[in-house]
Amino acid sequence: MRRLLLAGMLLLAPVAAQAKLPADPLASPMWQRLGGTLFGDDTVRFDDRVKVVFPGIAEDQHSFPVSVDARGIKGVRRIILFADLNPIPLAVDFTPEGAQPFLATRIKLDQRTPVRAAVQLEDGSWLVSGGWIDAAGGGCSAPPASRVKGDWAEHLGEVRGVALRGGDGTHVRLAFRHPMDTGFVANIPTYNLQDVALTGAGGKHYGTMRIEASVAEDPSITVITDAAVGEDIVLRGSDTNGIRYDGSIAVRAAPADAAVAAR
Amino acid sequence: MIGRRAVLAGLAGAAAAPAFAQPLAYRIMPEPVAAGLWVVRGADAPIAMANGGAIANITILATDAGTVLIDCGPSLRYGKALKAAAETLTGKPVVRVYLTHLHPDHVYGAAAFAPAVLAATPQLATLLKSEGPGFSDGMYRLLGDWMRGTEFTAPGTILSADSETFGTRRLRLLPLTGHSPADLAILDEATGTLIAGDLVFHDRAPSTPHADLAKWRAALTTLKALGHTRVVPGHGPIDPTPNAAIDQTRDWLDWVETTLRAAVAAGEDNVAAGNTPIPPRFGAMQAARYELQRSVSHLYPALEAELLPRIDTR
Ligand SMILES: [Zn+2]
Repeated sequence: MRRLLLAGMLLLAPVAAQAKLPADPLASPMWQRLGGTLFGDDTVRFDDRVKVVFPGIAEDQHSFPVSVDARGIKGVRRIILFADLNPIPLAVDFTPEGAQPFLATRIKLDQRTPVRAAVQLEDGSWLVSGGWIDAAGGGCSAPPASRVKGDWAEHLGEVRGVALRGGDGTHVRLAFRHPMDTGFVANIPTYNLQDVALTGAGGKHYGTMRIEASVAEDPSITVITDAAVGEDIVLRGSDTNGIRYDGSIAVRAAPADAAVAAR
Repeated sequence: MIGRRAVLAGLAGAAAAPAFAQPLAYRIMPEPVAAGLWVVRGADAPIAMANGGAIANITILATDAGTVLIDCGPSLRYGKALKAAAETLTGKPVVRVYLTHLHPDHVYGAAAFAPAVLAATPQLATLLKSEGPGFSDGMYRLLGDWMRGTEFTAPGTILSADSETFGTRRLRLLPLTGHSPADLAILDEATGTLIAGDLVFHDRAPSTPHADLAKWRAALTTLKALGHTRVVPGHGPIDPTPNAAIDQTRDWLDWVETTLRAAVAAGEDNVAAGNTPIPPRFGAMQAARYELQRSVSHLYPALEAELLPRIDTR
């Protein structure tokens, strides 16, 4: 019901200038409306060099893994990840700064929807790619498992992680504990991990991101930086109630056989 | 809930109408495996409109006291077709349907049988009471009109003995866990055939939505020691040998766990872990990539909680 209201509000919103929006290869019913909201007057092109990778099946619509790899594109200053038909389409707004233009996380899916990423270049224009995924439905409108279990409050502020220096850079994996309430379940208001920033030696920026409640419960995030072995990567994060998610990880060398063992 | 399901079924039926000009019908083709024992082979594929969800192997046993079935398929329509085919084959009514575990591709055909005929272990009966109805929406969404009229039906007979005998045919009942929290394997002593349920897969990748891998391995060790001569796996072709399918199942589970542990330790994201190359020795295994990606979804969060250290200052 709430979802319908939101969709209705979107439809009633004034139409942004969208003369530059190209026709959508995915033929999404929301493309014109959403594109106007997300990109305004900016130039938009579809470009397969933005690699949006996800499994062929949404095994768990509450937690669907997606990675965005724009390392084949020069001058990426921002990456947004979104799902057109989610009640909260935007999932992550990532400014890589000194990190590589790569992001992996898990999002909720509410129904069959395009899942896409858009990368913004130095000139302000956007490159977009993505694909449809079928979902069982209800990802955004069912209570998170930790709410059902009831122990979520004990784990706020907890983060697990690892930073390993490998062949293509330092993979920083972060696993947060957070219920990520969407506000679509009765009597539970929106409550989510919101801001995450990583810095390295000398205050070098390894990316900042704004996270929405459409990211899965207990968010996991992978970014790739150029941090050196031994360098401390500092995490500063907070949720919409001001709970802090701060910590630090020392970069280790990936075991020579780790990548091989993983194969 | 019912409203949504009805709408979904209606939509799926309408969409499927041109492709299925005939009413949907399962083709039940029992293949002889041993004396008085047949298997209706499931499609070695994910649940899909194309197979009507008939992906699990179903076993038919002829006894002097009536026909015994092990599992009953994904839907009311399947259960009815199975009952008719089995009774035609053996000339005797179905007197027992064993449910091996909670997954809907094995138990949603139960609606075609009288509750007293349907039998489950106490652990499974409890589990089905809480979890059984919950698969309904997903099955209707995937299968549309194939599922018409299917309501989950609970077993009316709770198995407490370690065997049941029908006429001269004694069936050893082996309650185990691992593929799910309550698995039942059955040894047909007359033919030495082990009907393993989903504890054993064969040339079709094992699925892990409710798996406990350590317990599953222990169950496989138990099964290996039974002295059986052949295995009817839950999915995939009959294994005419005692151990090939059991060993292959263990090999896959070991590989999946080793692979995912290494991926988590290496900071790999879920997408990358799910795209790990499948080793050549599993080349003939159906649905391998599909099941690996599902297993990432099932197993990754717990492995991250176990293997990644806390890095917060909280
Ligand atoms: Zn199963």
